[in-house]
Amino acid sequence: MSRKPYVRPVARTTWWLSKGRYVRYMAREVSSLLIAIYLMVLIIGLMRLSQGPAAWQEYMESLASPVAVLFHLIAFGFTTYHATCWFNVTPKAMRIPSGDDFVPGRLIILAHYAIWGVVSLIILVIAGVL
Amino acid sequence: MSLRQIELEVLRYDPEQDDEPRFQKYSVPCQEEWVVLDALNYVKDNLDGSLSYRWSCHMAVCGSCGMMIDGEPTLSCKAFLRDYGSKIRVEPLANFPIERDLVVVLDDFMSKLKRVKPYLIPKQHKPIADGEYRQTPRQLKLYKQYTLCINCTLCYAACPQFALIPDFIGPAALALAHRYNLDSRDGGRAERQEEVASHEGIWECSFVGACSEVCPKSVDPAGAIQQMKIASTVDWYLERLMPWRNK
Ligand code: SF4
Repeated sequence: MSRKPYVRPVARTTWWLSKGRYVRYMAREVSSLLIAIYLMVLIIGLMRLSQGPAAWQEYMESLASPVAVLFHLIAFGFTTYHATCWFNVTPKAMRIPSGDDFVPGRLIILAHYAIWGVVSLIILVIAGVL
Repeated sequence: MSLRQIELEVLRYDPEQDDEPRFQKYSVPCQEEWVVLDALNYVKDNLDGSLSYRWSCHMAVCGSCGMMIDGEPTLSCKAFLRDYGSKIRVEPLANFPIERDLVVVLDDFMSKLKRVKPYLIPKQHKPIADGEYRQTPRQLKLYKQYTLCINCTLCYAACPQFALIPDFIGPAALALAHRYNLDSRDGGRAERQEEVASHEGIWECSFVGACSEVCPKSVDPAGAIQQMKIASTVDWYLERLMPWRNK
């Protein structure tokens, strides 16, 4: 008896639409793109700052445009999603032995949120918002 | 005991007759406490003896009855009918070639398993007369979770990276390599690294995490792979920053 295994075709471009968990994964990956664009906006800001007060003023004004505000809102949403995704999976990559067991994953996740909170607070204080 | 009529929609493929798989429907009178495997057994015993599928223990230990049940990689012996509707779609595990009906070809997985050397490679030979190897509970705890793998390959069926890049060594084999790397009795990590840290190994993983979500034994292969990525990255830096350690 000869074998004739059947190989099912793979939907190479649409596979990620087939399940919620794949869509969430893709959203996490796409969020890096928004973070990259956001970083570019920041770098352009630095460049404008080095070009003098007039250039800086122009840059600040362009940030206040509705498109820029909308972009920042979307980028903030995706960045938060990106960060929380990674916070929530850190215990998988980072097992810290403690006695005969490991430090509970919840604690590691919580520590990440706590550090995030503290760093955000410091930045807000330095920026003069708080 | 209450009876419930369930419609099973089973993907069938007969390599001697068919050019491609087709769905076949069976109406099965099921007991409420049955699992999908019981329903398949009913079909085989009473409706259609030609239906092929693998199973053995009926208790989530042998790892042979994995299938796509309503699109999700599942052990059919753990899939209680009460958790499903009155129509259930059963297909062979995704991402593997179909041998016949619900039976998939596992040759590729077996050869990958072999490549990662999933056995103890002792640091140095120890004659039996010298007695057993001893391990503390802590040393055991480090790798115990990864010993629970039953090679059911559900994780491969869930992994989109494996679907797109069939050469990827994949979750279970890599998790098993990690299991031996973490064992205090083992000294084979450097040998396994050749496969584990290769392009077909851990670096093909983009941490979708689906493998760990479907694993019936909570092995968490995704976690194992990320831990190996970190260890390999540390190796890379140490090699360059402290070249004298390489000797
Ligand atoms: S890691 Fe889990 S899902 Fe993968 S083969 Fe082992 S037991 Fe099955």
